[in-house]
Amino acid sequence: MSDQNTFLLDGEEIPFVPGQTIMQAAQAAGKYIPHLCWHPEFKPHGSCKLCTVKVNGRFGSSCTMEAATGQNVENRTQELDDKRRTLLQLLFVEGNHFCPSCEKSGNCLLQATAYDLGMMTPHFDHFYPDRPVDASHPDVMLDFNRCILCSLCVQASELADKKFVFVMGGRGMRGRKIIINSESGKLGDTDFAVGDRAASICPVGVILRKRVGFAVPYGERTYDKAPGSALEAAK
Amino acid sequence: MKEDDAILAVLARHGNDGSRLMQILRETQEALGWLAPETITAIARGVNWPRAKVEGTAAFYSFFHTRPRGKYCVLWSDNITDRMLGNRDLMQAMCAKLWLEPGRLSEDGLVSVNTTSCTGMCDQGPALLVNYRAVTRMDMARVEQMAELIRNQVPVEQWPAEWFRVEDNIRRKDALLDHGLVPGEALAAAMERGPAGLIDEIKASGLRGRGGAGFSTGMKWEFCRNAPGNGDQPAHYVVCNADEGEPGTFKDRVLLTSHADLVFEGMTLAGYAIGAQKGLMYLRGEYRYMKDALEAVLARRRDDRLLGKRILDKDFDFDIEIHFGAGAYVCGEESALIESLEGKPGRPRIRPPFPVTHGYLNQPTTVNNVETLAAACLVARHGGAWYARLGTAKSAGTKLLSVSGDVERPGIYEYPFGVTVRQVLDDAGATGCVQGVQVSGPSGVTLSADELDRRICFEDIPTAGAFMVFDCTRDMFEVARNFAHFFAHESCGFCTPCRVGTQVVARLMDKLATGHGSQYDIDEMFKMHRLMQGASHCGLGNSACNPLFDTLNKFRPAYERRLKSLEYEPAFDLDAALSQARQMTGRDDAGAHLENAE
Amino acid sequence: MSEKTKLRVATTSLAGCFGCHMSFLDIDERLLDLLELVEFDRSPITDIKHCGPCDLGIIEGGVCNAENVHVLREFRKNCKILVAMGACAVNGGLPAQRNHLDLRDILEAVYETEGGLARGVHIPNDPELPLPLNKVHPIHEVVKVDYFLPGCPPPADAIWKFLTDLLAGRTPHLGHGLLHYD
Repeated sequence: MSDQNTFLLDGEEIPFVPGQTIMQAAQAAGKYIPHLCWHPEFKPHGSCKLCTVKVNGRFGSSCTMEAATGQNVENRTQELDDKRRTLLQLLFVEGNHFCPSCEKSGNCLLQATAYDLGMMTPHFDHFYPDRPVDASHPDVMLDFNRCILCSLCVQASELADKKFVFVMGGRGMRGRKIIINSESGKLGDTDFAVGDRAASICPVGVILRKRVGFAVPYGERTYDKAPGSALEAAK
Repeated sequence: MKEDDAILAVLARHGNDGSRLMQILRETQEALGWLAPETITAIARGVNWPRAKVEGTAAFYSFFHTRPRGKYCVLWSDNITDRMLGNRDLMQAMCAKLWLEPGRLSEDGLVSVNTTSCTGMCDQGPALLVNYRAVTRMDMARVEQMAELIRNQVPVEQWPAEWFRVEDNIRRKDALLDHGLVPGEALAAAMERGPAGLIDEIKASGLRGRGGAGFSTGMKWEFCRNAPGNGDQPAHYVVCNADEGEPGTFKDRVLLTSHADLVFEGMTLAGYAIGAQKGLMYLRGEYRYMKDALEAVLARRRDDRLLGKRILDKDFDFDIEIHFGAGAYVCGEESALIESLEGKPGRPRIRPPFPVTHGYLNQPTTVNNVETLAAACLVARHGGAWYARLGTAKSAGTKLLSVSGDVERPGIYEYPFGVTVRQVLDDAGATGCVQGVQVSGPSGVTLSADELDRRICFEDIPTAGAFMVFDCTRDMFEVARNFAHFFAHESCGFCTPCRVGTQVVARLMDKLATGHGSQYDIDEMFKMHRLMQGASHCGLGNSACNPLFDTLNKFRPAYERRLKSLEYEPAFDLDAALSQARQMTGRDDAGAHLENAE
Repeated sequence: MSEKTKLRVATTSLAGCFGCHMSFLDIDERLLDLLELVEFDRSPITDIKHCGPCDLGIIEGGVCNAENVHVLREFRKNCKILVAMGACAVNGGLPAQRNHLDLRDILEAVYETEGGLARGVHIPNDPELPLPLNKVHPIHEVVKVDYFLPGCPPPADAIWKFLTDLLAGRTPHLGHGLLHYD
């Protein structure tokens, strides 16, 4: 690989095009770096920190860090996967994630990623926050109990739909939340439509189409068939 | 309608410019009391932003109220130094006199009493803000009078002026506070050298940022000068970071009170150096009371041809505007500060790109600390070589320390870099035996009595200026717990480790504080420290566990004596968890209680 | 293998639905293999009422009332290894979905204000009845738990894999298809 730009990912040479992030280059090479808030269609957000890697011994977010020749990137090491599992556990106890009663179960990237990383327990004490459910829209309901604040709906609504239905606002664990673009704060009072990109971008079970829940039986759902790591790396 | 008129007037004053949203929200709130849903809608329409974006900003800042606020809003500064001066008892007494629970608006909508992060009055606490005006030196007599004035609905403007007096308390002067410069002197000297010459002098002086990180000021100005402007309206900007939010720090307040000319002149120098025409001062909302005085200084400087068109008759236009923050510590981080200046929540940006190439309005921007800009005037006037002789090899110049806590003479102390912690303690009159010193605030370092010969300088202990002293009667665990809650309150919530991690840590500290903790919980805190340091998005999260880590290492018995067991303790108070069922059933038999420990 | 070397195992269900126990029985004929390795102490299978010293305790269900706390503590005191089995034990599960409501409002609605009960019925205060906790908690918030086996319920194959790993002295590992939260 003489002329090609490459870096090392867990000891393997990965080619990259200048300007690509480590995540993009890894993805193009079919390598999985765990992630939740990153999506190939949108600009990196860098907030979930699941994609934290070690570049030449220093921690960094692979979704925002540009690939460069000479980088030695550690990805699936025990140290990093331990940190990722802890981050997942923090996300699980921060919200109310009751998979058995969630219609996104089996199609949920948070859940699938936790499976991939062998998370057997949320570990921390639960916060059990009081979060709202919004069923005001005729075709879509919102259950914020499961929100992981990834901002993908914000980006999809702004950049793909040009609507600004969702905006991230507030501060800290108790304040930060999705704000709906209407004076009532209700989705039904916005111009949101079921065909919007934002309606199908949620990696967890917040934004749900009405009347289609549980249609696919247990065993045949997205991540029943293949692990999240395999499906995400092939995206 | 009267309210609509008020909103329109504010919008007009700001040219319906959404990037000025912080100022629009503040002024609207000052006019209307709070930001009602229809007020947010009207502002959004006025600036032509999606409504949710305006609400998102309003919801981010502690000093914006999206629920009715009450005619009197009392916020007690809750830094550890305020606590040591008894603020909690005073606040309880105030609440009792007003028949209030902290944080709750009174039934009649008249008053609310709550806490807020350090208001920067540590040398003259306990302090509070009433309707965002700073009050110092609270005591029980003042609490009683204040409660009376509130009950009688006396306007804050008619309260005793003495309460609002803020002292400088300058205790030791050195090169900076004894600068002896007259307005325009440094600027004239700089113009003799030209922009490149000025940058050369600043580089030669070894001046480093006084916000704590210590980046070379000359390099920053050079990078910024060399960065091309972006887009249709290329420009360069100077931003003065006066968001002095690190608990225990108040030196910028004093510089801006008594040496505002020097700071504004420093900004003008920076503008001259990088080729900017506009400077913005981002002043923390807690210092709102300085507005009129600072604007008077700006007006005078305009009259004296030190700001505005053709400054000192040279081909250089530059002016300065003051923006106010609204209660968010994270805005002290330069990219979060820029977001806030643009009307957005103060969320630190992904870097690179850095502000020197893509800062305010995506233009090359130099963000400098108040003290850095003031020091730049000394360099401009006396030259880099002169300045480099002050201090130590890698820490040129002097440093202002904000000394508070258990000392006889709290206040501002200026020393050449390299001064020992012990020297500062001696000069300030540390009372009794010193147990610990928190240097550079909660995100800094906790020193034990064994470390008093360490030096204040970039080679040893870098600092933004806070210097809080704890004598042997203080509980270092409570110091760390206060800081843990501070970070949980101030985390912007963007990244997972900091958003949830700071809350987990605060909850564990509370568990230990109530005597329900175990060694297991201490191990959990170390685990959070390891996660947050490295995985967090910005310095806040990366340093949030510093006080915990330092105190656990240096003051471990303060934790251990609180442990209930060495093994494991339940997450919650088991007997208290039956309280509601007891209340509803009226039972109080043995079976209606749980032993908290087996 | 002599009787004496068998590991002693206790199981119970706290605030659970016994679904995990049913799934456990779904290991079917492998139960016979298991009985070569273990003997049961307190468990719905034996109907022994109190737990004696055991090698392994398996808890289904979360902690929703005072009695759950007592049983859980009895298990922790007697079992060398304690396993949380199923969603409710691991994170509170379905019962914990009452946690965003105030217990007082719940009791009032169930016994006083909402229809469904006979006239004159009030919130029961019989000392025989365990009092509910303000919130439902996963078991690791009350005692130290050594292993977690999630699922609602965990599939029989997962339970089998988990137990055989544990009995063989391996850290239990469930791969794709066996690790489920639902």
